[in-house]
Amino acid sequence: MVSVAASAPLILAAGDGAADLSSGGFFAATAWIMLVLPFAAFLAIILVGKRMKGLGAELAIGAMGVNLVWASVLFVQNMAGGIYREVNLTIAEIGTLGITDRNLSFELGFVVDGLSIMMYWVVAFVGFLVFVYAHGYMKGDIRVPWFFASLSLFAGSMLVLVGAPNLIQLIIGWEGVGLASYLLIGHYWEEKENSDAAVKAFLTNKVADVGLILGTILLVPALGTFRFSALSTAADAHSDLLGGVAVAGALLLFFGAMGKSAQFPLHVWLPDAMAGPTPVSALMHAATMVTAGIYLMARTFPLYQQMATEARPWMVTIAVITLFVLGFLALVADDLKRVLAYSTVSQLGYMMAAMAAGGYTAGLFHLFTHAFFKALLFLGAGSVIHAVHSNNMSDMGGLRKEMPVTFWTFVVGSLSLAGVIPLAGFWSKDEILATLGHEGYTAFMWVAILGAFVTAFYMTRAVALTFFGTYKGHGHPHESPRVMTAPLVALAVPSVIAGLLNVPGVSWGPIHNFTDWVGARIVPMGDYHPKAIEWDLAAYGLIAALAGIALGWRLFAPDAGTQQARDRLRIPVLYPLLHNKYYIDDLYMKGVVNPIKGPLARAVDWVNGYVIDAAINGAGAITAWLGGLVYRRLDQQGIDLVLNAAAGGTRGAGKRLGLVQTGKVQQYAGAFVVGALLLVVAFVLVT
Amino acid sequence: MILSQFLVLGALLFSIGVYGLLSRRNAVTVLLAVELMLAAVNINLIAFEAFWNTAAAHGQIFAIFVITIAAAEVGIGLAIILLVFRNRASGNIDQLDLMRW
Repeated sequence: MVSVAASAPLILAAGDGAADLSSGGFFAATAWIMLVLPFAAFLAIILVGKRMKGLGAELAIGAMGVNLVWASVLFVQNMAGGIYREVNLTIAEIGTLGITDRNLSFELGFVVDGLSIMMYWVVAFVGFLVFVYAHGYMKGDIRVPWFFASLSLFAGSMLVLVGAPNLIQLIIGWEGVGLASYLLIGHYWEEKENSDAAVKAFLTNKVADVGLILGTILLVPALGTFRFSALSTAADAHSDLLGGVAVAGALLLFFGAMGKSAQFPLHVWLPDAMAGPTPVSALMHAATMVTAGIYLMARTFPLYQQMATEARPWMVTIAVITLFVLGFLALVADDLKRVLAYSTVSQLGYMMAAMAAGGYTAGLFHLFTHAFFKALLFLGAGSVIHAVHSNNMSDMGGLRKEMPVTFWTFVVGSLSLAGVIPLAGFWSKDEILATLGHEGYTAFMWVAILGAFVTAFYMTRAVALTFFGTYKGHGHPHESPRVMTAPLVALAVPSVIAGLLNVPGVSWGPIHNFTDWVGARIVPMGDYHPKAIEWDLAAYGLIAALAGIALGWRLFAPDAGTQQARDRLRIPVLYPLLHNKYYIDDLYMKGVVNPIKGPLARAVDWVNGYVIDAAINGAGAITAWLGGLVYRRLDQQGIDLVLNAAAGGTRGAGKRLGLVQTGKVQQYAGAFVVGALLLVVAFVLVT
Repeated sequence: MILSQFLVLGALLFSIGVYGLLSRRNAVTVLLAVELMLAAVNINLIAFEAFWNTAAAHGQIFAIFVITIAAAEVGIGLAIILLVFRNRASGNIDQLDLMRW
């Protein structure tokens, strides 16, 4: 039943730079360890975490450390030359299900190629640093073992997701990260607000998951297999296997990605998800989990590139709305983490726009750099929150002297996010802009440049309100312990230099560049990536970023006295609109949630109370009455009568017969002799 | 040889034994009466054996069995009586009604 099939490495890689793919060595063959280890840590922490010295944190960190070793070796191997290895393990044969002419089978396995290696490494690297940071951040928390168990569950699910060679396994990982997200957002579930946020995240994602599952149901029968490799090769061969369902299936998969990657209008859960502890926000809701949608787009990229091209303009539109419109919301948020959350939504819009427009490399590169600087910003925010015991920037200010490490790393992250040359964010954003321009989405490209201006503006505001001016909170904040600042520094390094890995047209000798790394795929991508720096475009992006920083600085930085007043400046129409998040949340509450919670729930409750319960209670009452009847009439008066009579008769007979037993031997002997004589008489009479 | 004479003797002896068994109160006497009954049975066995004169000598063999069992019975019986006497200072069989319900 179980068969292992390791596909031989098929042809090569991305657009240019054709090179043969190797099947990798020992580490590629044993990559499944990365998928399994966090689950082992999850179980171990649940079983023995409570009794350990670090309350299970050491197990989680250890598992992640091993994963980091594996991922790093693969990452380096893939730099030198592309790797492709796919291992499938047949778990069960499903048959044709009467909907396709090919036998479907349920398989689990892992795939090691440029895309998955990049994701393995990002998850392991950011995950490891966040785990270490969380070890300091969560000290003294009420549920430390459970926290690390959930984090490990997340890491395992995420790796199962990115290592999935087929749609079924991807959905398993997809739901696993959703579950872990729910558990961790609701980590402090004692407060209603937090558990509400968890439920909101879970339900919003569920709505989107319907799209993912419907898309799978639509595509798989036409394709005849769950494997991505089949989808890729079919798309590459311009096969009309999918026919009419290609566009519908592609849009449904995209709808699933919209939920996980918080695209407009399904973004509402992500800002609320900040109710979770800050390390969770850094790892899941900034660096890794929310990029699962982008990853899905990358994994199924040939579908969009070759078969479902009609779907792409719609996707770009949604992504651009996300990146531009939702970025503004970060301008009015007082909660530092919410500022970063809206920023994440906006940056996910950038990635999605690049993916949808055909920039496979550009989208993944922004995912790659964003994971570093956004995790850095969140961990920095967590460090500040840890010090001032408040999420609100109105309780912060002037922290740059008290928390120098946090301040400097936060500034590096902000500049990188804003897109200042030569930091990482500049290069990846520039590539997205170039892709949008090249693919003919010129208007959207200008919107994206304006988005860069907004990004720089709100990040400057956040830095100014948090670290400049005067301190407005309580107590005396001081720098976080080294276990928390070390990950900040470790993340600041790639936030600065990661952009150089993919400067257009530059290949770094033996390690090539990012384009080649993620280009190690089963089929050529046919995606666009710029061959040389477009200086004019880079200049526009840079001007937008610098203008945003200048405006933010002018408004919020200089004098402590007016800083707050300016932050509370209420521009008519615009401020209420932004403050109420474009009323989208209200729309969902009043339009969807309340009708369900109100009349519908009441109606269901009424049916439950008066119809179902009445039937059940009626049946119960009838049974009780019947039982009483049987008890009184049949049992007490019928059966018991017979039994009592039999018992009474036996007792009376026993009493009378007992008198015969005198205990006198000679009476017995006499009776015996009389009996014997009677027998003799009878014998004589008969014969 | 007249069989009936022996049978009459055995019947008389048995009847004496039955009378003794039922009428006497002394446990030792009762035991003696039982021995008389066994002796009567033995006389019958030997008489029939001699009358039919079988080669297998069944009657004699059974008589020897009976004598053996009688000896054993007397041994046990006397031992019980001795113990009862020690405990109760009486050999009166009327008073031994402990086995009653």
